[in-house]
Amino acid sequence: MNSPGETAPQAAEKLRLTDLTVTFESEGKQVPVLDGISLTVAPGEFVCILGPSGCGKSTLLNVVGGFLRPTAGKVEIDGREVTGPDPRRIFVFQERGVFPWLTAEENIGFGLDGLPREERRERVRRYVELVGLQGFERAFPHELSGGMKQRVEVARALAMNPDMLYLDEPFGALDSITRMTLRRELLRIWEAERQTILFVTHDIEESVQLADRVVVLSQRPARIRRVVEVAIPHPRDLSSRQYLDLRDSILAEIGLAHQV
Amino acid sequence: MRKLLLSLSGLAALVVAWDLAVRFGPPTLLPLPAAAGRAILELAANGLLLRHLVASLYRVTWGYLLAVLLALPVGLFLGVYPAGERAFGPFLELLRPISPLAWIPLAIFWLGIGDLAAVAIIFLASFLPLALTVKNGVRRVPAVHLQVGRNFGLGERELVRKVILPALLPQLIVGLRLALGIAWLVVVAAEMLAVNSGLGFLIVDARNAGNRYDLVVAGMVLIGLVGLVLDLGVRRLERLPALRWAYADGETGK
Repeated sequence: MNSPGETAPQAAEKLRLTDLTVTFESEGKQVPVLDGISLTVAPGEFVCILGPSGCGKSTLLNVVGGFLRPTAGKVEIDGREVTGPDPRRIFVFQERGVFPWLTAEENIGFGLDGLPREERRERVRRYVELVGLQGFERAFPHELSGGMKQRVEVARALAMNPDMLYLDEPFGALDSITRMTLRRELLRIWEAERQTILFVTHDIEESVQLADRVVVLSQRPARIRRVVEVAIPHPRDLSSRQYLDLRDSILAEIGLAHQV
Repeated sequence: MRKLLLSLSGLAALVVAWDLAVRFGPPTLLPLPAAAGRAILELAANGLLLRHLVASLYRVTWGYLLAVLLALPVGLFLGVYPAGERAFGPFLELLRPISPLAWIPLAIFWLGIGDLAAVAIIFLASFLPLALTVKNGVRRVPAVHLQVGRNFGLGERELVRKVILPALLPQLIVGLRLALGIAWLVVVAAEMLAVNSGLGFLIVDARNAGNRYDLVVAGMVLIGLVGLVLDLGVRRLERLPALRWAYADGETGK
């Protein structure tokens, strides 16, 4: 638990997954969902976990987030095993995660009860601004669009000052224009605050636009098929040869032809 | 305004139909509406109206309040802990189909003729549906919201206070309304058997003491009116700003 000689703050490793395996039991049968996932993530790295729907990538994120115990293997963050959820590492769901009975600003301040009032108000104001929700502080979620609800949820997570963010297909339910805008904003925020980000998606383009590395998972039970480095500096030119080549190589990896 | 007018004219038409049916139908059908109206005035004048009304409301208030105070923690407990539900759920489900009126003999046997028995019956009648509503409401809190709560470091009690209760509130209000309606239904029946005051007693007594059917109908009208007022009172809770979200879906610009 408390080792005084902890590793230096700038260790080159934030997260380590060792041989993670998850098996669900269903009607007496063992259904493997994750099969021997091993991965390390550096501090401040943006990693996308890419896989087809139902492959187990959300399960993987739930295990990393401490909501689900793995059947075998372990998750370590900063060298300590994860045993449960932790407010230093915040999950962002599709906009379903906002509380409908709280206003936008109350949602954003949800985790800040421990702070003095002034500081709390200041923090909320700052993140309202960061995600561009000025003028909607008092609105209830049902009065907001899907994209705005998603901003509320991201702001609520960021206001906790987490050192890791887990995003589970956060933009999946949004229209394509809003989705592009929010991707750009997420990158802007990440470049300012440099959290370590795990971003689950089934969208190949999205993963290549955002990530430092893309972890490509197989069909269930999920294994790591390949880890793709995306060494293109931001902002990324989506018509550059380099971007298209990477995208196509992942398409090929997943076995999809380059035509619809 | 026009809606109100329409409702009032519908009501007036029914009273007129009642009047005509009595005048031209079998003479023993019902007292005339005017006679029932006079009976209400008579009750008001000799103080019986207030006495019986207060007696009924007193029993409902205590039985209902006790039920709310107890059903809330019990429902929460059963909802939050699946083990509790497994242990006590079947028992509650067994009690539910038993009409609260079936408890009247036991209530009188245990508590005697009097307020206590009536309050106990009202308590039983409103406790069960309310506790079950709360339990089911807790079950229906979206898993995502619980997960967010835990992720933000909330302990068990904070989770109940900051996530489960607010999420539950709309259904709780529906449950409160339902239970109050049942309590008001049951008080009348309980008063017919277990006590000698209240609007229920008034009805039985008016018949037994000389076939005063005008007083019987007057009592029924009063029961209806008070029930309506109680229901409107609880329904006001649905307008609370903290509940706007629950009724927002598909309902824009009223």
